[in-house]
Amino acid sequence: MSVGWRADIEMIAALVRRAANELLRVPGAAIPGVLAPTIFFLGLTSVFGHLTLLPGFDSSSYQSFLIPISLMQGAGFTGAATGVNLARDIEQGWFDRLLVSPAPRSVLLAGLVISASLRSLIPAAVLLVVGFALGVSWPGVGGLVMAVVIVMGMGTLAALWGCALALKFRSQSAAPLMQAGMFVLILTTTAYAPLALLTGWLHTVAKYNPATQIVESARQGFVGGVSWGDTWPGLLALAALMAVLAAFALRGMRRTAY
Amino acid sequence: MSLAADLRVIWALGGRAVKQTMRRPQLFAPIIVFPTLLLAIQTGGAGRGVDLPGFPQVNGFLDFILAGAMIQSTLLAANSGGIALAVDIEMGFTDRLLAAPISRYAMVLGRLAGTAVLGAFSAIWFIVIGLIFGAQIDEGVPGAMVMIIFVTLSAVAFGGIGAAVALRTGKASVVQGLFPLVFVILFLSSAFFPANLMLEPAATVAQYNPISFIVEGVRDPVISSLSLNAFAKAIGSIALVGAISVGLSAFALRQRLRMGG
Repeated sequence: MSVGWRADIEMIAALVRRAANELLRVPGAAIPGVLAPTIFFLGLTSVFGHLTLLPGFDSSSYQSFLIPISLMQGAGFTGAATGVNLARDIEQGWFDRLLVSPAPRSVLLAGLVISASLRSLIPAAVLLVVGFALGVSWPGVGGLVMAVVIVMGMGTLAALWGCALALKFRSQSAAPLMQAGMFVLILTTTAYAPLALLTGWLHTVAKYNPATQIVESARQGFVGGVSWGDTWPGLLALAALMAVLAAFALRGMRRTAY
Repeated sequence: MSLAADLRVIWALGGRAVKQTMRRPQLFAPIIVFPTLLLAIQTGGAGRGVDLPGFPQVNGFLDFILAGAMIQSTLLAANSGGIALAVDIEMGFTDRLLAAPISRYAMVLGRLAGTAVLGAFSAIWFIVIGLIFGAQIDEGVPGAMVMIIFVTLSAVAFGGIGAAVALRTGKASVVQGLFPLVFVILFLSSAFFPANLMLEPAATVAQYNPISFIVEGVRDPVISSLSLNAFAKAIGSIALVGAISVGLSAFALRQRLRMGG
């Protein structure tokens, strides 16, 4: 391993440690990312649970049908929070100090998104415990691995989106946009019901929204078996969205002067 | 202090509260943008719910859920109003008001007047959005007027709770922490789905939740002719929530003044 690579990895590890320290020192910071998707999971299953009685609904348990959405929401909130934290660091001048370090901008970005990706496992763990306690079907090892991969991918995606916006607006007042972006991406899919049961504009949007493929990949283990045919479209959509948002975030990084 | 002077203070502080909300995306977005997005998504996502046996007779799911979106918006407006009041306390603006020769209660009423205006704005916004996207208000213009009045009064009633928490704690972060509670209250009411079609225990809670009565009062003119029963339950619930919240605000204000602002 060359010295440059080692330094890059050390820098990423330092940024991940800093994010972890924040969690240890301000444990309350993780609460919104955990609480909001848990409340939505409990609330939406209570409110819309009888939708499973509709002909064509492909699951008899609304909890099992909805859990991947809540997992993705948790990752989305957590990832977006990384963007808000970056905006705070920009406002307070701490980010300027990072920019004058010899680390490449891509390494700084990697440190931020990797920490978000790991952090997104916290709401996922809580949601899975709550979900299994309330009767969510066991997805099998394959289904669980798939769900974890999607959660970490969504955490990364949301962090890239949040960082791109933080670098553009350089203010925490962009926080609602960071959260709303993920909210819209995840909920304009087959979040509430299978595609055949969606109505109006949402049916059309969900059909073409790449996040629908990601939702279906994460959902497959909870409502049936895991198959490669249901897995690869989700992974491909996730990779494509990550590539696009990474390009935007890197562009923002490169344009940021110190 | 004369009544006219108090009204001038309430007018000025109410106007300030409205401008403050409109200028700050973090206060405005939860009131209008978020409930509108949720309305659009839930209408498309759970719209087939109208085919379930036991669902009330409606022209479409949008007709049913419109009232829920309005009450969600007013609850969030109340929360935003509380946050803004707490920020005023943190930044020392409230101290300056306390030093001015104005009624203490006019300070809180000014904030609630601003929340009422935002409530009325939200009601009009959702009626317009609903009509554009195909909702039908069975009671016509008088029905729409009743909806606006109910939503405006609800905003004042809910706003008192946000104001009470802000006055009691003086911390915006604590009021911000009430945000998830808004959704707990909504999910345990008939705001988004009929109570008889919800899962237990939420179904039972929704049948006795005052928010359900308020939502059903707002919904009644949309999906049927206005009934005295729904009207009375809605007014009674708004009065109950309002009495509690205004009482709590007055108590919190007295406590704050006793402790020196």
